Amino acid sequence: MAGNGASAKGTVHGEKRWGAGVIPYATMGYYEPDYEPPDTDILAAFRITPQKGVDFEEAGAAVAGESSTATWTVVWTDRLTAYEKYQAKCYKIEPVPGNPDQAIAFIAYNMDLFEEGSIPNMTSSIIGNVFGFKALKALRLEDLRIPEHYLKTFPGPPHGIVMEREYLNKFGRPLLGATVKPKLGLSARNYGRVVYEALRGGLDFTKDDENINSQPFMRWRDRFLFSMEGVQRAQEQTGEIKGHYMNVTAATMEEMYKRAEFAKEIGSIIIMIDLTVGYTAMTSMSNWARDNGCILHLHRAGYATWARQKNHGVNFRVTAKWARMSGVDHIHSGTVVGKLEGDPAIIKGYYDTLRDDFVPENRANGIYFDQHWARMGGVMPVASGGIHAGQAHQLLHYLGEDVVLQFGGGTIGHPMGIAAGAECNRVAIEAMIKARNEGRDYMKEGPEILKKLARHYPSLQTALDVWGEISFNYESTDTPDVTPTPTSAG
Amino acid sequence: MGIRIRQGTFSTLPELTDDEIKLQIQYIIDNDWAVSIEFTDDPNPRNAYWDMWGLPMFDTKDGAGAFSEVQACRKAYPNSYIKVNGYNRTYTKQTTAISFIVNRPAEEPGFRLDRTELNDRHIAYSLHSYAAEKPHGERYESNGKG
Repeated sequence: MAGNGASAKGTVHGEKRWGAGVIPYATMGYYEPDYEPPDTDILAAFRITPQKGVDFEEAGAAVAGESSTATWTVVWTDRLTAYEKYQAKCYKIEPVPGNPDQAIAFIAYNMDLFEEGSIPNMTSSIIGNVFGFKALKALRLEDLRIPEHYLKTFPGPPHGIVMEREYLNKFGRPLLGATVKPKLGLSARNYGRVVYEALRGGLDFTKDDENINSQPFMRWRDRFLFSMEGVQRAQEQTGEIKGHYMNVTAATMEEMYKRAEFAKEIGSIIIMIDLTVGYTAMTSMSNWARDNGCILHLHRAGYATWARQKNHGVNFRVTAKWARMSGVDHIHSGTVVGKLEGDPAIIKGYYDTLRDDFVPENRANGIYFDQHWARMGGVMPVASGGIHAGQAHQLLHYLGEDVVLQFGGGTIGHPMGIAAGAECNRVAIEAMIKARNEGRDYMKEGPEILKKLARHYPSLQTALDVWGEISFNYESTDTPDVTPTPTSAG
Repeated sequence: MGIRIRQGTFSTLPELTDDEIKLQIQYIIDNDWAVSIEFTDDPNPRNAYWDMWGLPMFDTKDGAGAFSEVQACRKAYPNSYIKVNGYNRTYTKQTTAISFIVNRPAEEPGFRLDRTELNDRHIAYSLHSYAAEKPHGERYESNGKG
């Protein structure tokens, strides 16, 4: 970064451009306000907070430069290349309403900068070096527009929402799950008991937690065997397809493949990995899942370390895009009403990004670009953490139908037992779907619908008594910059 | 004895009344989906192909008309499982949008889980449908309803 405050804007040429030394990025071709990105460019929206004395144009140009071809000084070897094609270009700077220290820098990247089908390559470019750049106080990648041409080099989810539902034979309602609790310490035989009770009571899935791998108190192979006994017994009792997400996360790919192969051999329809394994391992496991007919569940373990603060990091909607491209069938994406971070509008943006074939720009939901998905399969979002039957109407309203609702504590903590806990969750959700389809105002009538239903289901009455008043009302750290103006009734 | 199989969108709720079924059929039609009716005497959860009661009603916009087909199917197969589906042909969906049971046999015998012990504590499981023990056409005959 030139230390002169970078007043010059616009590309310079000749000796000014190619003389040895340091010149502002904005003069090197990285700030091009007249550039009109073609449909084939990858577009990025960065929230930039420059250091004092660095203007937004230079900061945006620096981000473009450092995430593409630039280094800190002029190099003559650029001239051996068609460098203007390889230079990323900051083509627009947009103010952030109510925050004069920040701006949104829009940057365009030629598709040729990225290897086909490689999330690691894309991330190494776009978020590789630039987040530690001294001239910026903070930097956040808010959104990406992935061109369809590049998307077509990724196979996407191994199954996708449509195939998963057809495989499970479950339509027209959210899928229901629970994470086995306590997450650490159970022996394999006790663990399988929780799986059995939750599934026979009415859940579709149970789940290993992100940090259940193969610890001294329970080794993976024993857990898989007892969990499968629970799954099979529950299928016998209910006559419907059930699954337990077997977490195959391990220290090496070899070990993950070994565990996944075993899960498949004993008949598991679904396996699970954690985001901590990294994008390469996620993509490899996606290929494995596609080849072996196992649904692939991803727990986003670790994401909030880079996603939560509004001024710095990578927004989850970008991680969600990379997960859909690299290919997972499920990903944890927020609950709105539960115990974990989530503004309703922002979460709607995540869910749309995962499920829809076209997601239009919508700043109120945090979506910066139109995104076409080129018919790539949808990912089933998973809502997990602090949700319970008493919120059935809110969950349906905010999250819709194509979602896995995970009632961990809300199932296993039920005073009448795990199966009763599972039953009341299933009953509450089915009743809300039924009411919605009947044309009722279920958001308004929801509590009343549940109350009436509870007369026939003691399990639901108990759940409402225990958890009915529980909510997690904390302010979100990540909110949209703009909120929609309410339209008048006329 | 037996079980109540839990397949379909509303299988944990009490059986839908005819009026409630009509409301769900109307929901399907209002979404511009096609109503279809299927029946079977083998409720194995992996039985993907129940018998079709005619073709999907792509052109039926009349809920009462569609419900009369439910009644006709019930009359013909009173002791079978019958389900109503809503099919969404929209580009990028092209799949079933809702599917719920509207008729069950008077008694559902359920399933038996067969276990075969293999090496290394590995067990091979198989779900045995009691209903499928009898030849096709003779199942659910003994309970007096059919």
